[in-house]
Amino acid sequence: MSVPVKNTLLFALVGGLILLTGFMQSWNSALLIMNMGLVSAVMAIGVNLQWGFAGLFNVGVMGFVALGGLAVVLVSTDVRPEAWADGGWGIVLALLLGAATVIAAVYVSRRVPKGMARTVAMLAVLIGGFFVYRAVLDPNVSAVEALNPAAAGNIGGLGLPVLLAWPAGALLAAGAAWLIGKTALGLRSDYLAIATLGIAEIIIAVLKNEDWLARGVKNVIGLPRPVPYEIDLQGDPAFVERAAGVGLDPVTASTLYVKVGYSILFLIVLLVLLWMAQMALKSPWGRMMRAIRDNEVAAEAMGKDVTRRHLQVFVLGSAVCGIAGAMMTTLDGQLTPGSYQPLRFTFLVWVMVIVGGSGNNFGAVLGAMLIWFLWVQVEPIGLWLMQVITSGMAEDNALRLHLIDSAAHMRLLTMGVILLLVLRFSPRGLIPEK
Amino acid sequence: MDFLNALVALSNFVLVPGIAYGSQLALGALGVTLIYGILRFSNFAHGDTMAFGAMVAVLVTWWMQGIGIGLGPLPTALLALPFAILGCMALLLVTDRLVYRFYREQKAKPVILVIVSMGVMFIMNGLVRFIIGPDDQRFSDGERFIISARDFKEMTGLDEGLTIKTTQGITVIVAVIAVALLFWFLNKTRTGKSMRAYSDNEDLALLSGINPERVVMYTWLIVAALATTAGVLYGLDKSFKPFVYFQLLLPIFASAIVGGLGSPLGAIAGGFIIAFSEVTITYAWKKVLEYIGAEPSGLVQLLSTDYKFAVSFVILLIVLLFRPTGLFRGKSV
Repeated sequence: MSVPVKNTLLFALVGGLILLTGFMQSWNSALLIMNMGLVSAVMAIGVNLQWGFAGLFNVGVMGFVALGGLAVVLVSTDVRPEAWADGGWGIVLALLLGAATVIAAVYVSRRVPKGMARTVAMLAVLIGGFFVYRAVLDPNVSAVEALNPAAAGNIGGLGLPVLLAWPAGALLAAGAAWLIGKTALGLRSDYLAIATLGIAEIIIAVLKNEDWLARGVKNVIGLPRPVPYEIDLQGDPAFVERAAGVGLDPVTASTLYVKVGYSILFLIVLLVLLWMAQMALKSPWGRMMRAIRDNEVAAEAMGKDVTRRHLQVFVLGSAVCGIAGAMMTTLDGQLTPGSYQPLRFTFLVWVMVIVGGSGNNFGAVLGAMLIWFLWVQVEPIGLWLMQVITSGMAEDNALRLHLIDSAAHMRLLTMGVILLLVLRFSPRGLIPEK
Repeated sequence: MDFLNALVALSNFVLVPGIAYGSQLALGALGVTLIYGILRFSNFAHGDTMAFGAMVAVLVTWWMQGIGIGLGPLPTALLALPFAILGCMALLLVTDRLVYRFYREQKAKPVILVIVSMGVMFIMNGLVRFIIGPDDQRFSDGERFIISARDFKEMTGLDEGLTIKTTQGITVIVAVIAVALLFWFLNKTRTGKSMRAYSDNEDLALLSGINPERVVMYTWLIVAALATTAGVLYGLDKSFKPFVYFQLLLPIFASAIVGGLGSPLGAIAGGFIIAFSEVTITYAWKKVLEYIGAEPSGLVQLLSTDYKFAVSFVILLIVLLFRPTGLFRGKSV
């Protein structure tokens, strides 16, 4: 079997699985799986840029995804002039002061000769700057958070169309990635892993606790959508008529219509990114990246600036994760910082990339769709399996009840087993790198 | 008198919790650093190994409480600890046999081993949730306090009380014993010396006839003991919740790196540095400052406690920027 035929068959298999869900369960759940699968595919392309192209180990995907979500709130929610008047500008000033402190500290460390004087000067700058920053920040934050805390209490957004938030998410994520890359790249490979793990936790902590930014754990709900609302469609006589023409009741038809709308939007983004990633892979730049990945010393001897290239690809990959995060928050219509779990948003994406085939963009997309399908379906399958295994036991048998209760945790177990099996027996993944 | 009050308040809210937390982190970081030194990868499954060990301890403790075995004023979990260590050892040896050995024979790159440990993390996490569920479990019993705030106030006549929880006392004692045993083992026994030799220079150690599989097996056994002890102590002190152990990964790695990966002494120092920075930076200093004469307007809390991970992270970054090998000059490959 030739390679293109095999790959087509693999994609057809995943498509078939989703179709099967449509026939067996409902078209709504099939489309749900498909939409999140497409978002996951974008994340997988981002991780593949970093790991597959350049061998960078980023375990902070969750943080960049969450920044994308934050971008949706900051770009698309309504403008709140009263919040800006009360303290918004003060907060911006405080953040600028904080940034100035860090820049001043870096300047001191570059200019003052090494020794006691430098340490003292840096500490003085940092501690003094911190207190000034807090002195400006705190009253303004309280002012903003005091404004209508039940419904808002944050600085609001820019009131722009929600689609603009997707590139904005990429920019936010890229900024964070640049900061991290600047410090952790060029050191041992594990250090980048731990630094990204840390930054992801901190981003989530900021989102949870800074109520002025995006309401923290009070969540932002009812974000604007790029597609029409179901209620409006159901109230539209033309739509109801068309739905009746296909033989669907208006409620089902409207939910399907909205989901297909998202699918089309996501598919466009995915295809554009996939095309770009493919072009990058084939370009001299992509060859250079792979050369660096395979032998850093040789690439450096050829005059390539390894750390700089790493920083470049790290920022690009994180930006793609940011787009995916913005897409996901748009799909959900809400930002819930409490729901970001590293196992779900970082490590699952890694399973997708490795199962699909690291270094191959199509592999990453395939892996994302397949693993997302499994992630959703393992739970009902596990439950069913447990019921079959325990069907011989009495109804109130403690073991039986425990097993059925725990079936929900089968997911993590299954993902771990899949990851280990692929790494062991097919380390190049389903669609290997050429 | 005010100075004494300030000192007591400081001990109560900063020193005592800091020492207990530091001991727990140090035990965790020792495990990470040993694996790094001998097996040469960063083990992402370490937090979940701790969770697994602690889970076995919780189950054995419940069983012992059920049939009425106890230690009186001390928590029953101390009796369960050896069983939990055995359980964790079995798990790690099986994992090594089924998973890691293959890659060792292949001489896989460290980063592949890190990804493999990610898979192991998934499985262990799933296993723990599968067996005991994702919820909070309490398993500490016995006397709650060594000194309670009220007794202390009556004893000394100070305004401030000093509370030392039994679990905090036990944490420190057990950690000291564990660390003493570990250093005795590494420095005095033949196996320990061969482990250090293997960590320093693998080729030379192999040439002098050290059996690598034996060294690796002992490493896993020691790591199981350390991880379980750390997990049980943390669980006793706070409470047992599987997800929290996963989150401990960050401060534990920070401790190991700040001390210098591969250096046991560094891991202990790193654990205390991280713990004390977390506690001092997230503590509201108002009370202590008032006793020594200052009149602060706010709470004088540098960062809210929700950002305690940020503290370990910032320290990690500073060390990475200025001294990437860590304070005790660990490996820098």
